[in-house]
Amino acid sequence: MFELPSGAEIQSIIASLQASVGFFIPEIYLSLLFMLLIVIDLVAKGRKNNLLAITTLVGLAGSFFFIYQQHALPAGEFFFGMYVLDEFALFFKYFFVLSGMLAVVITMADEQFDSEVKSIGEYYALIVAMVIGMIMMACSSDLLMIFLSMELVSFTAYILTGYFKRNARSSEAALKYLVYGAVSSGLMVYGFSLIYGLTAQTNLIKISAELATHGYDPLVMIFSTLLVLAGFGYKIGAVPFHFWSPDVYEGAPTPITAYLSVASKAAGFALLMRFYYIAVPHDGHAYEDILGIDWLSLLILLSVASMIYGNVVALWQKNVKRLLAYSSIAHAGYLLLGIIVMDELGTQATLFYLLSYFLMNFGAFYVVILIANKTGSENLDDYRGLGKSMPLAGAALTVFLISLVGLPPTLGFIGKLMIFSALLAKGSLYMWLALIGIMTSVISLYYYMLIPLNMYLRESRHHEEKQLSPGMPAQIFMAVLMILTIYFGLFFAPLSDFAKYSSAMFGLTLH
Amino acid sequence: MEQLTTIGLNHYLTISAFLLGFGLFAVMTRKNAIVVLMGVELILNAANINFLAFSKYNGGMEGVMFALFVIVIAAAEAAIALAIVINIYKIFKSVDVSSIDSLKE
Repeated sequence: MFELPSGAEIQSIIASLQASVGFFIPEIYLSLLFMLLIVIDLVAKGRKNNLLAITTLVGLAGSFFFIYQQHALPAGEFFFGMYVLDEFALFFKYFFVLSGMLAVVITMADEQFDSEVKSIGEYYALIVAMVIGMIMMACSSDLLMIFLSMELVSFTAYILTGYFKRNARSSEAALKYLVYGAVSSGLMVYGFSLIYGLTAQTNLIKISAELATHGYDPLVMIFSTLLVLAGFGYKIGAVPFHFWSPDVYEGAPTPITAYLSVASKAAGFALLMRFYYIAVPHDGHAYEDILGIDWLSLLILLSVASMIYGNVVALWQKNVKRLLAYSSIAHAGYLLLGIIVMDELGTQATLFYLLSYFLMNFGAFYVVILIANKTGSENLDDYRGLGKSMPLAGAALTVFLISLVGLPPTLGFIGKLMIFSALLAKGSLYMWLALIGIMTSVISLYYYMLIPLNMYLRESRHHEEKQLSPGMPAQIFMAVLMILTIYFGLFFAPLSDFAKYSSAMFGLTLH
Repeated sequence: MEQLTTIGLNHYLTISAFLLGFGLFAVMTRKNAIVVLMGVELILNAANINFLAFSKYNGGMEGVMFALFVIVIAAAEAAIALAIVINIYKIFKSVDVSSIDSLKE
């Protein structure tokens, strides 16, 4: 049935592969770093030395050089349409490498690692592997590549979540993450198989062309879109695919919680945008014969449900990590608003919001770790009086939380402002969505402000006013994050310009 | 009658739809973590049958390639899943998903 390729064909395939490698250098570099870290771990045993962490930090920082060089390359597909390079992909490359570095910094500060594990082992190597996987997620332009990169990220995330293997909560979180993840990725692959059946293509751009020229069965299309959405929705943690997230966020080691809630979510959004903007038809009238539902209305449903559910359920949370987990569900809803807008302004707003979420969420988790180092607890009640005993940590956490609510003068305010103004720029059509967004932000004010309330206005139970200092490097790092959150809230032009520059997606036929 | 006797694309798709249904049923109703993971394997194999059937009737090679990768990924997933489940068994002395709920507020 299939003939063997001739010699000339093989030569041309090899030549094409060789040409493609030039576009793949950051990923190759990061893979080498991954292997190097495993070797270093084997050679230099021992928990206490920070050799591995420093190597990871320096190595990840080194990849900026290679990513920066890619700005000179033309946007396009390579590796036979498997992989794509464009400004949108570059944005996420920077984003994931930076979040990997922050995850390493936060891990170095977390003292729970000293008591829970004998040796840090492959931990840092897995973080690098996850960076590679997420970069591939943002760059893949083929259903096969999407599936493989998503599984690479998921598998490393399962292991990292259960990294405290003698800790019951961490292991349980890993099991829950695994079960939900396996089911949703299975459903996603089934959806892919239906799309392959409809179009006989796996490349996103070719799928789009095929659907446009030959038409499709709307029922099959909406069914496969729904199945694919199960996979993506799980990655971004949106309702109703969110069941794993509170348990996983609470049980996982806190640096991994921060890493998952920012980077893995952003990778899901990158995929979601690329898949729905490029592959699936979006002229609006395509599905009208099936109850008037298309993928856009599905996303609107997801977004509204996430904003309401995340913000309302967070009101009852007593554990700060769990509270931030519900808040991250709500933020997935806000980010989806930017995707629903479906134009350049919306993409820019989503990317900008991701940047602001990156800074404030990592900051908040960093402070939570520093506080847990001193008090050994993540419960809201144990935050009483911390404003006096840890003044800088209290101030920093308050700034991050104000930013998460979306109040000026912080970065989070600008992020929400951009999302809502992108919605309103579409006309009155999405006015009600913006209203729901604003109303739920008001609800979120209550539970976010519970934390500063406990820290500043309620007395500590212990009645001992001793100063708890998290150490000089941690103080400086915390202060830098705090100042950046406020600084970019006032002078946001560079970030928003960068987001605008990055909103160019290869093969986009949207406008 | 001819519909039933000559095997066509629809036969493959029906079997794969049944497999998907069984897989989802196992995932939703079973309490044992291992059985839940077996349900996931059924879902993945339903997708595989789809890919191979479409590949056979569309004439493209992509579906075969996709199915091969899904098999590899399923093997890797089983390795990680069993490691996690064994660890769970060591701690909780059970692999019953519903009884492992220390993470409730």
